[in-house]
Amino acid sequence: MNLRKALGNRGSTWLLIAGIFIAILAFSLFSAGGNMGTFAITLLSGLLRGMLLFLVAAGLSLIFGLMDILNFAQGAFFMVGAYLAYDVSHPSGGALTAGAAIPDPNLRFIVGLVLAVIVGGALGFVLERGLLRPLYKRPLFQLVLTFGVSIIMLEGIKAIWGGTPYIWTERLVAQDAQFFVFGQQFSVYRLVIIVVGFALMAGVALLLRRTRIGIIIRAGVQDAEMVNALGINVRAVFTLVFVIGCALAALGGGVAAPFLGATLSMGNTFLLASIAAIVLGGLGSYEGTAIASLLVGLGWATMEQFSVRPEVGTVVASITPMLMLVVILLLKPSGLFGEER
Amino acid sequence: MLTVDAIDTFIGQFHILEGVSVEVPQGSITVLLGRNGAGKTTTLKSILGLTPPRSGKITFQGKTLNGRTPYQIASMGIGYVPEHRAIFKELTVRENLLIAGRKRGDLERNIDMIFDLFPDLKRLYALPGGNLSGGQQQMLAIARALVPENHLLLIDEPSEGLAPVIIEQLMAAIKRFSQDRTVLLVEQNFRVASRLADHYVIIDDGHSVASGAMANLVHDEALIQRYLGVA
Repeated sequence: MNLRKALGNRGSTWLLIAGIFIAILAFSLFSAGGNMGTFAITLLSGLLRGMLLFLVAAGLSLIFGLMDILNFAQGAFFMVGAYLAYDVSHPSGGALTAGAAIPDPNLRFIVGLVLAVIVGGALGFVLERGLLRPLYKRPLFQLVLTFGVSIIMLEGIKAIWGGTPYIWTERLVAQDAQFFVFGQQFSVYRLVIIVVGFALMAGVALLLRRTRIGIIIRAGVQDAEMVNALGINVRAVFTLVFVIGCALAALGGGVAAPFLGATLSMGNTFLLASIAAIVLGGLGSYEGTAIASLLVGLGWATMEQFSVRPEVGTVVASITPMLMLVVILLLKPSGLFGEER
Repeated sequence: MLTVDAIDTFIGQFHILEGVSVEVPQGSITVLLGRNGAGKTTTLKSILGLTPPRSGKITFQGKTLNGRTPYQIASMGIGYVPEHRAIFKELTVRENLLIAGRKRGDLERNIDMIFDLFPDLKRLYALPGGNLSGGQQQMLAIARALVPENHLLLIDEPSEGLAPVIIEQLMAAIKRFSQDRTVLLVEQNFRVASRLADHYVIIDDGHSVASGAMANLVHDEALIQRYLGVA
């Protein structure tokens, strides 16, 4: 009896996940040269990266699962979130000076995040209702359209904020607060993002498992036509999921801005890594996307630590998500939790 | 209750239904008969708006269905049990039923009736739909259509691929719930159809070619032989 039969399909998937996780931990320890402080910081950075990836990938995965649309504009929503959070937080440094009326930088940042979520959701609504809806029976056109929209959004950002990268200069209370792990310091703000990311992950999972709308979304991922035939307005559910997905991506960009700043390349970087995560997790599977985002984030941070060595070079880190995708697809062609499509 | 009047339906460039007419009287079981590929399933899908007809008229309880979306049509009180069941395999039996409710409390109101019709579903309630056998999945698909207040049920090939003992159970259940609901059935198995239905419509190559009382059809061997190939 082979291992898959003995454990069942799910069991072998969890075994594979455990194997990848242990391999990442071992390589991370090796990359840190056995230094526990560096090892711990690498893991925390990996979790942070994983959470940011999750915010982009969750929407990408839900939208793909339900609507069969791979939204290439998802990275642009991440970027819009980052620029808006930056702009509101830096009244004298951005283009819109939207936060000038708010004296407290921490409050400005929170307002910036709220604005990012609202603008991300509103743009998602316009994209889904105005542009994608007429093309539901033409998947290839949708793919090209979302790619085109991502370019338009990039050019729009360039027109408003220019091409120069913005580096975050306002200090937030949570950024200044530090804590130490094995003698290495780590920002409380980054820890907060990890915790909030886990909370969001659990919150979306609860929404999908425990609420009627969540059950409808899961059913729609399996058979949208049948959901429609039950008397449920599937198109309205499509719109809702699209709006939530775009708003989550914009929130991701917003929370990343204090340490990544706002740059024109950040959208594509996170989009590609997120595509790797959703394929690796299994297309349309929420839990697969969540776990794969964390694995890719951890792998990515580990390779960044490894590539600090002069003989390796930074290029190795940037291709990590795609490398992990290739290796895991060779082991499990449908992704961790995916079904043959 | 339901009148399908000379509808023409295309799937892509293929002209599938050519002037099909079906009359479904209230409180009856009407069966669509015909060979494979005759257009029976497309007729059901046309009624529900999944493959909307290009011409002709469909009325349900005096209201025109043409131009409405499938969810609007279903919301008017039409339940659909598709060919191959189309249950949600990753959802539990409970979730499969819960999703079908249209008003708050629909499932709670009807769950005893459903368990009475299909006792197997009670012990399988927490299991994913994909873990059920073919017969149990068919029971779930029918039960799902019984959760909301549907006045008409469109049931496509309920006996397909099932063991005779399961078919008997399903037939008994359909007979029972049809006492206060109207049913339009697609059925290849003539023995099953003749025992269940009050009325029939024969569809052949996209045309409705004969209709009437089932009691008359069972004695018309020539018609049966010609269109259904049953001796």
